[in-house]
Amino acid sequence: MGRRCITAADLFLPAIIGCSLQINVLPPNMTDSTQIRRYPPGDLAIWIFIIAELLVFGIFFASYAFARANNVELFNTYQLTLDRQSALLNTLLLITSSYFVVRAILSIQADNSQHCIRWLLAAMAMGLMFIVVKSVEFAHHLGAGISLSTNTFYMFYLSLTFFHFLHVILGMVILTTLAIKTRQGAYSATQHDGIESGASYWHMVDLVWLILFPLVYVMR
Amino acid sequence: MQYSSQAVAKPYFIVSIALFVGQILFGVILGLQYVIGDFLFPEIPFNVARMVHTNLLIVWLLFGFMGASYYLVPEETETELYSPKLALVMFWIFLAAGVATILGYLLVPYATLADITGNGLLPTMGREFLEQPTITKIGIVVVALAFLFNIGMTILKGRKTVVNLVLLMGLTGLAVFFLFSFFNPENLVHDKFWWWWVVHLWVEGVWELILGALLAYVLIKTTGVDREIIEKWLYVIIAMSLITGIIGTGHHYFWIGTPEYWQWWGSIFSAMEPIPFFMMTIFAFNMVNQRRRQHANKAAVLWALGCSVMAFLGAGVWGFLHTLAPVNYYTHGTQITAAHGHMAFYGAYVMIVLAIISYAMPMLRGRKAANSRKSQVLEMWSFWLMTVSMVFITLFLTGAGVLQVYLQRFSDDPLPFMVVQEKIALFYWMREGAGLVFLIGLLVYLSSFFIGSKDPEATLESA
Repeated sequence: MGRRCITAADLFLPAIIGCSLQINVLPPNMTDSTQIRRYPPGDLAIWIFIIAELLVFGIFFASYAFARANNVELFNTYQLTLDRQSALLNTLLLITSSYFVVRAILSIQADNSQHCIRWLLAAMAMGLMFIVVKSVEFAHHLGAGISLSTNTFYMFYLSLTFFHFLHVILGMVILTTLAIKTRQGAYSATQHDGIESGASYWHMVDLVWLILFPLVYVMR
Repeated sequence: MQYSSQAVAKPYFIVSIALFVGQILFGVILGLQYVIGDFLFPEIPFNVARMVHTNLLIVWLLFGFMGASYYLVPEETETELYSPKLALVMFWIFLAAGVATILGYLLVPYATLADITGNGLLPTMGREFLEQPTITKIGIVVVALAFLFNIGMTILKGRKTVVNLVLLMGLTGLAVFFLFSFFNPENLVHDKFWWWWVVHLWVEGVWELILGALLAYVLIKTTGVDREIIEKWLYVIIAMSLITGIIGTGHHYFWIGTPEYWQWWGSIFSAMEPIPFFMMTIFAFNMVNQRRRQHANKAAVLWALGCSVMAFLGAGVWGFLHTLAPVNYYTHGTQITAAHGHMAFYGAYVMIVLAIISYAMPMLRGRKAANSRKSQVLEMWSFWLMTVSMVFITLFLTGAGVLQVYLQRFSDDPLPFMVVQEKIALFYWMREGAGLVFLIGLLVYLSSFFIGSKDPEATLESA
């Protein structure tokens, strides 16, 4: 079918020149509208936001690497005090919730808003469990008297995970809004830009955790 | 002008421009005092001139923001202002308080001013940018509350758009954060910590919302691009401004006695602060490129585009230059800061106020959409004179700053402050020259209100 690869330029250049992003990956003579996929899905604005957010996290991760390179022993020592089981559980929760969000999109593409709502609620339940597990972890550390000033490792651990935690909360707000709007009948098989935008954001939150988890909890 | 109550914006804009002239005159005096230390001494000492220069800037921008809001909100809400009378009363109170304060700075010693205004009862004076007597600060709060009430009631009874809601958020933040100017703890670290909640969270937080809303409004009006597209951009821009700007406050907390993590937080988040400004540049140029109609007011479009570029350069690029803690360790409080301050304030806030004045003033003075061609040509000349001279002011101050950092802090054999100041005097002379060109630009700007005002209005063909 001659699918064209989506390159980084496809994502960034339109953002930079600001034209509305409507890249068909299928040849233009393809007429069956249900076959046509737009990349990236959702609204251009959310992608600019996602790229900016990834940049912030990227700089945070680079700073972590830089600080670690200068304090390898300190980082290795205190990394062992983290609860890797909880973090692994949280990783599974976020990946599962991302899968549920994908199912929600597939449901709305099949014009089944009831299923879409159910999948969104399931994704939110996973997100909520993430928040609970992470809160217990935070409570444990704070209870042990650990603060941002304890040492550089904990400073990064607390800052990075808390900053990500705030994004999970924002993601939950977005998923809630989507579920409410779906219930109100705002989306259909032909018009579901909003859900795709929200889903893209949620995947970003997931993606960041997939880097954060090995970087902060596991890699030695 | 669609609503008669928009007319209250006019006195605000006029005073705004008048105070701008005062600010620049004191700027030129100050620039000369850098190289001729006793110029106008003892009548206008350096510290007083600096206080007047910075305070006038803030006050005229506030007049500009208020005028802009009174002009924009009725149109956005599609209803008359809640109380034009209240807006006019507040105008006179604010003007009287502002003029009295500036006269106080100039006519009596600062310590005497503190005594006679009862600073001892609630000490708030003596801090950079917040030098105003406590009673003036109380006056500012009263004016701000009445203003917010007026704007808020208008928005409540009318159409709610993203532009006026973002504007209202920004204005509310402006009022709320000013309250920290009353908090004056004895501990110097605490004092500085909260002081930035006014200074930083204004210019790198809530004022950016006001900037975004005003820019969006001018672009909606002059380009005819769909409101929905412009609003979407506005959302993304303000979200990024807040994410980066709020924790970005940390770039002021590097060396004041606050915990070390601020060096990381401040560096990381403020390094991202150029992003919303970059988005604003792309946004403005895109909207103009995608415009659905030509607008006869070319000057207003020029100010709006110029604002987006200069804000990115001044606030974004020049801010980034010295925002990372390891760099700031050397550059803190040098002429690099002055360079950044000048271009950022001019680019972000001076130019947006001039953009909205440029857009609104012709209508407020009875034109249909735009000034005559002759007036606009003059105004565009003033745009280039002021903008290019500001670029040079910034470059000369940056040169002075780089030399200062090297000679005073970085070299193997660091020199004392005053010795370095003498060595970089040439840069100060060149800055003064650029400052005089800026003043000429400002005079051309003023003349654009009078020359050509009898000529017929510019049309699309002639503009």
